[in-house]
Amino acid sequence: MKDRATLVFWCAFVAVVALLAAAPLVLPEFWRRFLTEILIWGLLAMSSDILIGYTGLVSFGHSAFFGLGMYGAAAALLLVAPPNLWFAILLGLVAAACVGAFVAYFATRLRDIYFAITTLIFSQIFYVIIFTWTDLTGGENGLTFDRPRLAIPGLFSMRFTSTTLHWFVLAVVAVSYLVLRRITQAPFGMVLQSIRENEARTRAIGYPVERYKIVAVMISGLFAGLAGVLYAVQNEFAAPDFVFFLVSGEVVIFNVIGGIGTLVGPIVGAAFYLLLREGLSRFLTEYYLIPVGLIFIAMVIFMPQGLLGFLRRPLNR
Amino acid sequence: MLLQQILIQTLNGVVTGMILALVASGLTLIFGIMDVVNFAHGEFFMLGAYVGVLTMAATGNFWLALMAASLIVALLGAVIYLVTLRPLLGRDPLNTILATFGISLVLQNYALWQFGPVARKIAEPFTGQFTLFYLVYPWYRVLIALLSAAIIGGFWLFLKYGKFGIWIRATTQDRTMAEAMGIPVPWVLTGVFAIGSGMAAASGVLFGPLVGVNHAMGLDWILQAFIVVVVGGMGSLGGCIAASIFISLLEAYATLWVSPSQSIIFASVVLILTLLFRPTGLFVPTPK
Amino acid sequence: MSAPADSEILVKVEGIHTYYGKSHILHGVSLEVGRGEVVGLLGRNGVGKTTTLKAIMGLVPPREGSVSLEGQPITRLPAHRVARLGIGYVPEDRRIFRLLTVAENLRTGLDRAGVDRARKAELLDKVYAFFPVLAERRSQAGGTLSGGEQQMLAIARAMMLEPKIMLLDEPTEGLMPRMVSQIGAIIGVLREAGVAVLLVEQNVPLTLESCRRVYFIEKGMVRHHAMASEIRVDDAVVHQYLGI
Repeated sequence: MKDRATLVFWCAFVAVVALLAAAPLVLPEFWRRFLTEILIWGLLAMSSDILIGYTGLVSFGHSAFFGLGMYGAAAALLLVAPPNLWFAILLGLVAAACVGAFVAYFATRLRDIYFAITTLIFSQIFYVIIFTWTDLTGGENGLTFDRPRLAIPGLFSMRFTSTTLHWFVLAVVAVSYLVLRRITQAPFGMVLQSIRENEARTRAIGYPVERYKIVAVMISGLFAGLAGVLYAVQNEFAAPDFVFFLVSGEVVIFNVIGGIGTLVGPIVGAAFYLLLREGLSRFLTEYYLIPVGLIFIAMVIFMPQGLLGFLRRPLNR
Repeated sequence: MLLQQILIQTLNGVVTGMILALVASGLTLIFGIMDVVNFAHGEFFMLGAYVGVLTMAATGNFWLALMAASLIVALLGAVIYLVTLRPLLGRDPLNTILATFGISLVLQNYALWQFGPVARKIAEPFTGQFTLFYLVYPWYRVLIALLSAAIIGGFWLFLKYGKFGIWIRATTQDRTMAEAMGIPVPWVLTGVFAIGSGMAAASGVLFGPLVGVNHAMGLDWILQAFIVVVVGGMGSLGGCIAASIFISLLEAYATLWVSPSQSIIFASVVLILTLLFRPTGLFVPTPK
Repeated sequence: MSAPADSEILVKVEGIHTYYGKSHILHGVSLEVGRGEVVGLLGRNGVGKTTTLKAIMGLVPPREGSVSLEGQPITRLPAHRVARLGIGYVPEDRRIFRLLTVAENLRTGLDRAGVDRARKAELLDKVYAFFPVLAERRSQAGGTLSGGEQQMLAIARAMMLEPKIMLLDEPTEGLMPRMVSQIGAIIGVLREAGVAVLLVEQNVPLTLESCRRVYFIEKGMVRHHAMASEIRVDDAVVHQYLGI
């Protein structure tokens, strides 16, 4: 039984990745980049699912992790010449980890709504710091830099094309998904879910709930930071807008639309939202966000399990 | 010189504090009675300001603008509640946070679409300043503080003595038993949501003349309001007022040293400290 | 055994099933209370006694089955409508409004349509006369009252609705013996005033003394039904359903 389910999973996984890998070969440039962006936002949303879907903590702080990952990468790409991809990833992850530790320390003692509000306020604190510390961060205008080459010293070095960059991002996101999936299926992930179901009981059994939450926040933050690094690499700029709390709100929207607790759901949610926004913006140039918002509200009311909610059980067996 | 600045900032802090109190009391009331965190509350503030702009443009009468804004937005709030929030009442609180977030998105973009990105102005009903010792301070700001206080005071009296006030208080304490006592709870909830929205709208009109009115003005206020509601104690009207003034004063004094956009960090620090040491609220006695 | 005649039935519960998530709590409960009749519902903890009262009150809507008041169906009506139609509910744990004063607690039942000021004053006077301790504490917050006083307030508050039937959920729980007999006296007064009572209890002697008929409930169903006069405290049936 389990073997069959695993087989089905791997077949589906390989099929989807193959499809996504083949896509840039047939899509025009704009859509190629769009697809890559969907993957990046998808990774961000997926990282948030660890908290929302698995631990039961609604975080509005992911814009902070994302943004710091972006700025960390920016710093690496500006400090070192020629710009080095791996250093950017490293610095971005370190920055995100620091923010993660900070947020984790304060916020994990709090429950539900207080956690959500606190993470939101933290996003804003980082936003304000980045926005006003113009010397360091470029303030309102952000930072621009060059895209690094894909290089393994001694082996090869090549510029990214939009297609090869897409494959790189796809590889990172796919591996991230597998890693996160492994984590959720491990005992650690089981404890997280137990915390989501009934925190008091989990604590009563003897688990150090706070520590698990802190680790969950840090894992979530790391992958969110990774998404920020990818974004910086793709778009060659970093801006404070991405740290603004509304971005966190959008991430939560992706999660809910796609289906929390599924890891892939959020990626689909991101795709759905971004495509909807893109499509509507062509017809209703001025007020396209209004129908997007209305559709979102309708989904919260009528389809709270999300688009892929039906996959929640099978994926988490 | 510094003393004069401190005095001015004290006055500013109190004035802003009163407006914030008016905005936040609606929020804390709504949270206290139905456990709903209304993300769209800042948008009711913003829409109130816009209705104020339109009414002023049509009639030139500030008081009419204030009343029209409060009533129209209260009605809008009631409709929004009935259509989107009532169906979500039994569910996980995450749902209402998300729904109100969606509503905030829709309302903001609606305002952007209808009114454009350029800020509008509401004219002050009184101009002129008064002198206190050697300080010059605008009358209008004093008026805002007094009006806000009057509205909150009036509301407090309503809660304490009226039949509906008792209904609201009973429903906030124990919704099930309130219903079992024949109180029409669904209507009470709708009413409270409407009142909260109306209060936010009134603050929008009062605040309008101080800065420009634009579609994003709600965002700042919602963050501050959240901080106030948590620091003051969720559901506590008195705590909310005290916290509003406390935080606004803090931020006002902070502007003597840092830029206004950074003053929110001070408020955030207060929030963090409160959550760490007195999570039920700074101004609420710790429950035994 | 004489159940009330059809014309005399006040509340009729037929085959109600309730669920809590996936748990099936009530498996088809049926019972009747006649006008002015005092009926008992006995059973252990967790068998569905409280749920039955809540289903009648509209706080837990039954998925199947029906509840009617004076022949009119009230199944699944919201609780505030049921209260106004004439059912007063006194829950387990009293659940008075702790932050409201005694007087304000009473007002929650008084403030309804069709009651003029004179009648309100009259009702208040009557309740204060009957519960002098509440009169004394009328301006005190409900939370400051003792357990027994809160129980009295909970009953008085429901009486402000001028109900045709009172649903009492374990009114003697946690009370001292002296207060228990007071509860018995209150039930007697209600009966004399023509108010029906559905009394859920685990206190068998009080129930047998105050009630005319008794239902025994176990695992979400009514298992036995008898006149109170035919049962004694140490009967086998009591042992069976209350495990005493």
